[in-house]
This record gives sequence, C-alpha cells and structure tokens, in this order.
Amino acid sequence: MKMNLELAKTFYRQMLLIRRFEEKSVELYSNEKIRGFLHLYIGEEAVAVGVMHALNEEDAVLATYREHGQALARGVSAKSIMAEMYGKLEGCSRGRGGSMHLFDAATRFYGGSAIVAGSLPLAVGMALADKMMKRKRVTVCFFGDGAVAEGEFHESLNLAVLWQLPVLFVCENNRYAMGTALALTESETDISKKAAAYKMTSVQVDGMDVIEVAKAAEKAAADIRTGKGPAFIECLTYRFRAHSMFDAELYRDKAEVKEWKEKDPLTVLQNILEKKKIWADIDLGKLEKEVSAVIDEAVEFAENGTLEPVSDLEKFVYSEEAVQ
Amino acid sequence: MSENMTYREAVREGIRKAMQEDERVFMMGEDVGRYGGCFAVSMGLQEAFGPERIIDTPLSESAFTGAGIGAALNGMRPIVEIMTTNFSLLALDQIMNNAATLLHMSGGQFNVPLVIRMATGGGKQLAAQHSHSFEGWFAHIPGLKVLTPASVQDAYDMIALGLADPDPVLIFENSLLYNSKGELDTAATALPIGKALVHRSGKDLSILAYGINLFKALEAAETLAAEGIDAEVIDLRSLRPLDDKTIMASVKKTHRVMIVDEGWKSGSISAEIMARINEQAFFELDAPMRRVCTQEVPLPYAKHLEDAAIPQPEKIVATARELMEEL
Repeated sequence: MKMNLELAKTFYRQMLLIRRFEEKSVELYSNEKIRGFLHLYIGEEAVAVGVMHALNEEDAVLATYREHGQALARGVSAKSIMAEMYGKLEGCSRGRGGSMHLFDAATRFYGGSAIVAGSLPLAVGMALADKMMKRKRVTVCFFGDGAVAEGEFHESLNLAVLWQLPVLFVCENNRYAMGTALALTESETDISKKAAAYKMTSVQVDGMDVIEVAKAAEKAAADIRTGKGPAFIECLTYRFRAHSMFDAELYRDKAEVKEWKEKDPLTVLQNILEKKKIWADIDLGKLEKEVSAVIDEAVEFAENGTLEPVSDLEKFVYSEEAVQ
Repeated sequence: MSENMTYREAVREGIRKAMQEDERVFMMGEDVGRYGGCFAVSMGLQEAFGPERIIDTPLSESAFTGAGIGAALNGMRPIVEIMTTNFSLLALDQIMNNAATLLHMSGGQFNVPLVIRMATGGGKQLAAQHSHSFEGWFAHIPGLKVLTPASVQDAYDMIALGLADPDPVLIFENSLLYNSKGELDTAATALPIGKALVHRSGKDLSILAYGINLFKALEAAETLAAEGIDAEVIDLRSLRPLDDKTIMASVKKTHRVMIVDEGWKSGSISAEIMARINEQAFFELDAPMRRVCTQEVPLPYAKHLEDAAIPQPEKIVATARELMEEL
C-alpha cells in the first residue's frame, strides 16, 4: 500500500465522517429522535475504514450491532442509515431493523447482527457459495472479542479452514464484552492465537492505526483471492464511549479510557501524515465542512422521511412471490 | 407413471432430481456423504454428485445451518440435513434469529431460500434426547414454513416444493416412515405448500393429523368404520402455513373434530388448530373438540412406557368414540 495525499484524505475523511455521524447520533438519541439500542463506534473507526479499503464492490460484508462505522465505510449512504435509525421507510432496512440491523443489497452489506457471533456461520456459508460457484469474492465478517467465547466462533473458524473458504474474519478486540473484560472471560486472551490454532493465517494489528489495519486487510484479501483459504485479523482497539446508551461504565477506569483516547485513530493518522509531510496539504476545515454537510443532509433526509403504513406491517415475513 | 418405493427412497430421489436439475442445489449435514446418512436417505448420492455437493460436516449444527443460510443468501439452494429435530436445538439461534428474520429485518432485501430437513418423532426406544417432535414449535415462528410429509409422494414432492420456495422451509420426516412404502408418480403435479389433503372422506367426525399419525388415524378410521362411524381423515401436510380453508370445510361437514399430534399438548400445534376452529367455526361444532397428543413427559426408553406416551390407533379410536357419544 502506497500512502499518498488522495488515500490519506480518504482515510481521514471516512473516519471523521464516522466520528461526527456517531456524535450526531448521540445528540439525536438524547432528543429521542433515535430509539432502541444505540452502540457507538467512536474510537474504533480505523478498523472499519482500514478493512473496507481492501474490498471490491463484489465482496460482501457482515457486521455486528455496532455497525454504523462499517456501513458508512462500505458506502451505505449516511442518509439511509440515519433514516433507518429514525424508523423511516427510506431507511436502509425500511425501518425494520434500526441501529443494530443496517442492510444494503447495493453495497452487499448483509447486516447488522445483534446475536453475538451469529453472523460468523453466515459468512462461512457465503464464502462456501463463492467457492462452489468459482467466484473470486471475499466475504468479510466483523465481530468483537465477546464473540470469541461463543461456540459459533469456534465452529465457524474450523469450517472455514477445513473447507478453505474465501472468508476474512476481523475481530474488533475492544477489550470488553459489554462490561466484562476479556481477561475475566478468556483463558487465552491473545485472540489471534485461537485462530492460529485452527491453522488459519492470523495476525494481530494495532486497530487504532488505519494504515496498519489497511495493510493487513490488503494482504489478507489478496491471499484469499488467490485461493489461500481464510484469514484472521485481530484489531486491538478501544471503544471511547459507553457500550450503549444505558451504560454507566462502572467496570473500567477513567485512566484507562484516557490512555486509549491518546491513541485516537484520527490523531494517530494525523501524526503519521505529519511525519510523511502529507498533513500540511490536507485542509481539515474543508473536510469537517464536507462531513458536516453529509450529516446535515442525512438528518434532513431522515426528518423528512415517511413512516411506512401500518397496513404494510406484515410485509417481508415471506417473499412477495411466495405469498399466495 | 407410478412406482412403488420406500419413503426413504422417495426423499433420496427428490434430492437427486433437484441436484440434477439445478447446480445451485447441494446438501450438507452430519454423515450425509460417506456414511450415506444416519437414516440412509443420502446413500449413494455422494458417489453420484461428489463430495463438493454432498458435504459431510463436523458436529457443528449451528455453524453448518448458519452456513446454509449464508450460502442461500449468496445464490445457492442448499439443503441442510440435521440428523434429528432434537439436535436442531443446537442450531435454533441460526434458524430463528437469522433464517426467519433476515427478510423482514432487511426490509425485504435478503431472502433465504433454504431447505432444512430433519428426522422427527418417537417410537424407537431412543429415550428423551432422540425422540421428540418439535415441528409444532417451529410452526410458531413467522418467516418459516413447516412441512410434514406423510406419504411417499409428499416425501418426494416436498423437496422440490421447499427448494422452489424463496424462503426457509423446514421439512420434518418422521423416522418411522423411512421404511414405509407407497406409490410415487414423478410426473404428477405436486400439491402446493399450505394445502391439506383429505385422505379419507367421512361424514361423522374429522380427524386432523400429520406425519406418521396420518396412518394411525387411517387405521383408527377403519376400526371406527366397522362400528358404523364414518371418519374423515385429513393430512395437514403443512403446519405453517396451516390450511384453514380445508380444516374449516371439514368442520362444517362433520361438526366433530379431533386432532392427533405427536407434540405435547401444552402450547402445541393441536392447540393452535383448536383455537382457529374456535375463532372461525365455533358454531359449527356439535361437541367439544378432542386431542390425542404425546403425554407430557420426556419420552422414556422402556417400550411399554413409550407406547403409552405417544399417540396410538387404539387411543384415537377410544377418543373418537367419546367424541361421538357427546350429545
């Protein structure tokens, strides 16, 4: 991967968009425009942005309930995500999913799953289909460190290696499964070792550094495309905000949060770009303005969205063509 | 042209035909390949289609069922075999939280054209972890379709019906039926999903059954006929959707109803059918409805106890007599 001004701008802009989008979401949650659960991606932006950089249009993405970042980085429009959180018909899931269940066929974004580890088997199956049909696609599955404790994690990794499937597992290790620290739930806290134990190509990277993540993802995706089987990337990251809007954060030290905030992915990238003498050519004010315009437009779109008629409530339980 | 064969062979031929006609169809499950299937349903299929299309899986019900959902999302038409419905509970998360919800949760963007087959039912002295009937349970869930082939014809047809459906279809094959024989007409037009079938026309009472209990009900009907009681016997075929129309038409004809269901009574599909009849045809009833269900115990090993626990023709006959004695 060659860092240049264009790429630097793209990375910074995407991470900034996620950051500002999430900040706006909190505000809208407080104003009761957004309801249900709201899990913020602030602090983890480098993971989604870095990984998505390695993907093509025909690749597929599966994510968790903390997936606004992945959706935005994948190219799902901010407008349709915001409208979804407003519960509007114009939302990317027609208001059926909300914050935790963003779906978008156009960008092959397969959700938004709120059962921890529940999407790993799906990713295995999507990759199986690609392998059977001899398509050179990659399926990427994001999940957190909490998923590692689930049986589906182990079953899925085993199958992926056993069948040599084109799937990239991305573990966003933010150190806490909701409020329980990894060390309290896992006998082996080096998650990349668990993947390696299944004979999977597995690396651990600094998840606060978008360039490191992107490099690892590029290599993994390239290997997967050449038929080398599945790959695993553990991204060491940190969630700056609470788990959800109902979290008093009694389980972690303020000092720890502060320490990680110093590794803010936006700052990390800025520092790298400064060293590379690229930063001076980036107009931060302009980027902020652009991002702000995207978010304003998204909010306006959501505000002006329509509510699906209640008469449509039972739509999409079964496919239209199957309804007799 | 029709041919006499076993239920097992009919399922196998249904799978074979689907795989010959559509390269997107494949099957995976525990021991479906080299072993030939726990109930020998897929015997010979791996030789015919290769290990890439008849795939042996580890004992990872959740992962391979989820993989079936993923493959379905990505253009395939998978058949997942779960050895028995008892083990399907290990895959319940995938079936309920993914297969049944994705279409709705995605606002209609992602449908899941998946078939999951599993054996169901007791009667083989396999005790409480291999003998239960959970089809009624699955019928509770919007987004799924639940089929219960009883006849050799349906054992064959329902594979194609399931695969042609754009949404997840669960097929429950009662394991005691695999050796049963019947006629298969591969040229016949299959009765669609959601249609019940009147197997025996009668005027005195309606017996609603599915799966193996269709045959127990038909046997009971013969005994009742000798006593001058003319029972109508209906094969429900599909527990979700239920064929309310055929059920209500029979109620309006006989005015007396009993249901035979190998599930437990409490919260069962039989309870659901009774509720629907109450809602839609209450004033047609001449007597309170009756049920023959499995006794509310985990199924025991000892033969006499297991026989006493699950529906039997004698119990169906006795219950029918009681129903006819009501004024």
